[in-house]
Amino acid sequence: MAVLRISTPLRPYINGKSEVELQGETVLEVVEDLILQYPALRPHLFSSEGKLRAFVNLFLNDQDVRNLQGMETPVKENDRLVLVPSIAGGSRRDGCFPN
Amino acid sequence: MLPELNHEEIMRYSRHLLIPEVGLEGQRKLKAASVLLIGTGGLGSPAAMYLAAAGVGRIGLVDYDVVDSSNLQRQVIHGSSGLGVLKVESARDRMLDINPYIQVEVYNEPFTSENAMRISESYDLIIDGTDNFPTRYLVNDVCVLTGKPNVYGSIFRFEGQLSVFDAKRGPCYRCLFPEPPPPGMVPSCAEGGVLGVLPGTVGTLQATEAIKLILEIGEPMIGKLLLYDALDLSFQIVKLRKNPNCKICGPNPTVTELIDYEAFCGVPGHDHDESSAGEGWDIEPTELARRQKSGIPIRLIDVREPNEVEISRIPGADLIPLGQLPEKLATLDSAEEIVLFCRSGGRSTRALQLLVSAGFRKVKNLRGGINAWVREVDPSQPVY
Repeated sequence: MAVLRISTPLRPYINGKSEVELQGETVLEVVEDLILQYPALRPHLFSSEGKLRAFVNLFLNDQDVRNLQGMETPVKENDRLVLVPSIAGGSRRDGCFPN
Repeated sequence: MLPELNHEEIMRYSRHLLIPEVGLEGQRKLKAASVLLIGTGGLGSPAAMYLAAAGVGRIGLVDYDVVDSSNLQRQVIHGSSGLGVLKVESARDRMLDINPYIQVEVYNEPFTSENAMRISESYDLIIDGTDNFPTRYLVNDVCVLTGKPNVYGSIFRFEGQLSVFDAKRGPCYRCLFPEPPPPGMVPSCAEGGVLGVLPGTVGTLQATEAIKLILEIGEPMIGKLLLYDALDLSFQIVKLRKNPNCKICGPNPTVTELIDYEAFCGVPGHDHDESSAGEGWDIEPTELARRQKSGIPIRLIDVREPNEVEISRIPGADLIPLGQLPEKLATLDSAEEIVLFCRSGGRSTRALQLLVSAGFRKVKNLRGGINAWVREVDPSQPVY
């Protein structure tokens, strides 16, 4: 059982939650469990070819999974994953053109 | 040769001079330093005020906007007395009031590929307090190409990100985010908004990092990304590495000069007309009112969020937030006349594109959104 923390812009797709508990022995399996539970997330995380999108980063504990073994990185009990998409906000439009 | 401090300055900075890590030499380094701040909004406000108070000798401000009342919930450098004033001038006045011993240079223009090198040339480091992807990539690329550190901060609702991108010593913004999100893919973009105090925290952290870089003390956030969530007050730091395939700071760069960032991001970086869906796709508020009055059946769809309906509404409209529209398409009848609206026209334009690509033809965008409706048809409701 690993815990995945998800950044604010993606929370609407997991019923507004900030963290979910997921099953899986590898990062891929954990993410597959996430998509299984919250299918609406899929297009926001993966391209149509199934690759993690370039504006989304996935960290296992404090390491970018791309610097580990990618989606094959083993996940241990009590590991924490965090999904970090790019956000642009600062002043006027607060991230993205909310009009 | 560092500049000297006069007696008034020594008194002013005495709480710095008492810290061994700063001391007289550090304070003189601050006075010798120059920092360029892109944006004098939510992030730029606290950053500018603290850099001024700390005695950073020369601070440049880039912004092209005027102070609006909807800024004041978070842009604390500006005040009600400055409504309608240029932001760079409002900010400069406040900074010089805090500390008259500094220089403030103002650039009342958008930061663009054309002027970025000229503006940034004489500064030691840049603080990215912008609010859009094109300008963030521009700031990054300027910093990489000129070897300046980029003190990055970004916010969304209750959440902030902070890092120092210094390609000479670590990864750059493109290493972390090689590409911007495609337009419309930024999840819950349409919901927007930010807790006013959040940029206060993140902008203050940006000022902290800038001061640390100038003083060469502590551990700068190079190669690290801070993730701050105000709701559970969590601070998490994750490690970043240089991306060997980075298009600008990798060993085989393909970006060797500034590019067209609006084209790269597929979105405009600066103000443009977001209220219109384009020729032939808009309906004016007064025309909608006229058609409603004459009994022409129109399916009116409000693509805002439920909390926005509490602020203003158009009678007879059905609420389908933009994010739910794809799954609710089947509930719409393409034979009906459909009018889409949001706050000011941006989200409804994206909704219109979605409907048109699904085969809908009898669909219009309410130009200027409900805010235009309120101004032109029903002034009893508030504009927001």
